[in-house]
Amino acid sequence: MTVFVIRRFLQSIAVLIVTAVIVFIGIYAIGDPAEMLIAPDASPAERAQVVASLGLDKPLWEQFFTFAWNALHGDLGRSFVFNRPSIALIFERLPATLELTLTGLVFALVLGIPLGLLSGLKPNSATDEVIMTGSIFGFSLPSFWQGMMLIMIFSVWLGWLPSTGRGQMGEFLGIHSSLFTLDGLTHLILPAINLSLFKLSLVIRLTRTGVRETMPLDFVKFARAKGISERRIVFVHVFKNILIPLITVIGLELGSMLAFAVVTETIFAWPGIGKLLIDSIMRLDRPVVVAYLLVIVSLFIFINFVVDVLYSLVDPRVRLGGAQ
Amino acid sequence: MSARALFAEDMLLGRLVTGIGRSPKAVIAAVVCIILLFAAIVGPYLTPQNPYDLAVLDILDSKLPPGSQSMDGLNYWLGTDGQGRDMFSAMIYGLRTSLGVGVFSGIVALLVGTVLGLIAAYFGGRIDTLIMRVVDLMLGFPTILVALMLLALLGQGLWKVIFALILVQWATFARAVRSAALVEKNKDYVEAAVTLGIGTPRILLGHILPNCLPPLIVIGMLQVANAISAEATLSFLGIGLPITEPSLGLLIANGYQLLMSGEYWISVYPGVLLLVLVFSINIVGDRLREVLNPRLGER
Repeated sequence: MTVFVIRRFLQSIAVLIVTAVIVFIGIYAIGDPAEMLIAPDASPAERAQVVASLGLDKPLWEQFFTFAWNALHGDLGRSFVFNRPSIALIFERLPATLELTLTGLVFALVLGIPLGLLSGLKPNSATDEVIMTGSIFGFSLPSFWQGMMLIMIFSVWLGWLPSTGRGQMGEFLGIHSSLFTLDGLTHLILPAINLSLFKLSLVIRLTRTGVRETMPLDFVKFARAKGISERRIVFVHVFKNILIPLITVIGLELGSMLAFAVVTETIFAWPGIGKLLIDSIMRLDRPVVVAYLLVIVSLFIFINFVVDVLYSLVDPRVRLGGAQ
Repeated sequence: MSARALFAEDMLLGRLVTGIGRSPKAVIAAVVCIILLFAAIVGPYLTPQNPYDLAVLDILDSKLPPGSQSMDGLNYWLGTDGQGRDMFSAMIYGLRTSLGVGVFSGIVALLVGTVLGLIAAYFGGRIDTLIMRVVDLMLGFPTILVALMLLALLGQGLWKVIFALILVQWATFARAVRSAALVEKNKDYVEAAVTLGIGTPRILLGHILPNCLPPLIVIGMLQVANAISAEATLSFLGIGLPITEPSLGLLIANGYQLLMSGEYWISVYPGVLLLVLVFSINIVGDRLREVLNPRLGER
């Protein structure tokens, strides 16, 4: 187990280094770093100062180490627009994005697993057909389009829910979040639904496939022969086996939801890192873009690492396979 | 290609057609796909005006609701946008761009992925490890994140979007082809071909590849739908296609601001078209997966 965790950890570090190199090449080799990292309206003196401090006059590999060294110390440049360290801007907005993503994930699981079970236990029934067609519809709807429709129906026509911003925030155990006030919750509902619909389809399909593939297996027949109730077979024996692919996918999808939050946040003007990214791209505020990419990738690699460790706890075969 | 491979392909085609034929839902979706593809190909002959020829646009015709008539008697069945452009024509042109980008990037990604997947499976060893490491790395990141990263660093543009879409898709194909080819590689017919002294490229392309087609077809369909959706999303966010290459995503984005003030048709109709397009491709792809997946068997 320990060997597996260490091996997996080293892999994560390797992936992180590779991504840092890619981002670095993106800025330094393809584009002109001076142009990317210095504000367009900077004076020649300021420009010369930044060039010297970034070491742009040095060889490329040396520049990479400066870049990596600074990044490790949390120095990813200053935002041109806010004139503050870009990493601070990211961390300021990260809680809003996490709140949105986690709520969306909970929505997807709470609705998706029961629907998937329902569909998988009675394959080819009318219920199954409706749920499956609905789920294809769910992932065919581009996220931004679905968000617009939600706004049009629930905010513009019905006027039930607000469509922009985070609303009032409450404090609980020192955490500021929209989850703790009624106003905040009403602001959270639409964006969270928007973010979860795509994943909902995925959870439904995964659960359904899991059920359909597990039900014909011998251990289920054996459990039936033993006279175990159908309910116990489904919720204990079959469910455990479905959990394995679900955990991996949920983990991976959490990362993808963090990325997809870019779309949702843009539509609902949710003040998270995704909106910050798009705003920064539009304003050519590149230090923030770079900081976003490195933070999100690190977060993503961290999630993948945790998922793999969890996975090996649930399914020992992974661990054994990795040790060979 | 050998006669045997052609025969196999023939069987496959037959299986696909009957598989779709047995599901009314899939038949409808397939017909919609064909109509849309046809509309995209013959687009300019179908539309009442060239929506990007500034000479035919009249600003007085802007934001007309669906069904209204222009000054010169042209009927705007789906209304006009902020510049007085016929929405129907703009949508057909948008469909061309969206489908073009999706299908082109899908095909290139399929070619790249197939070649790398076959190489990885057939030669094994270091080459296999190297290719699969890269594949794992690519698949570890969500499509949208990679595309965002690339476009944030490169800036927007048609070829940059296509490049980003190819980059995020090839790994899926490579993995599918590799796993299918690994199974095929150890079968007797490959050994027979090797004994006959047939060259490696011909064994790979003429003998192994045709037997790896089923998963490729399914993934290909679903990937095209994904690519169209991803391109629309990127364009909507303003980091995808430039304003000179208006895809459905851009049309929706342009109408977005007007949505709140009640001029719904400018973004809703292109949105519906995008939805119908992606939905039908997904339905057909999903049906094909069911037909071709031996684990689930025929429905």
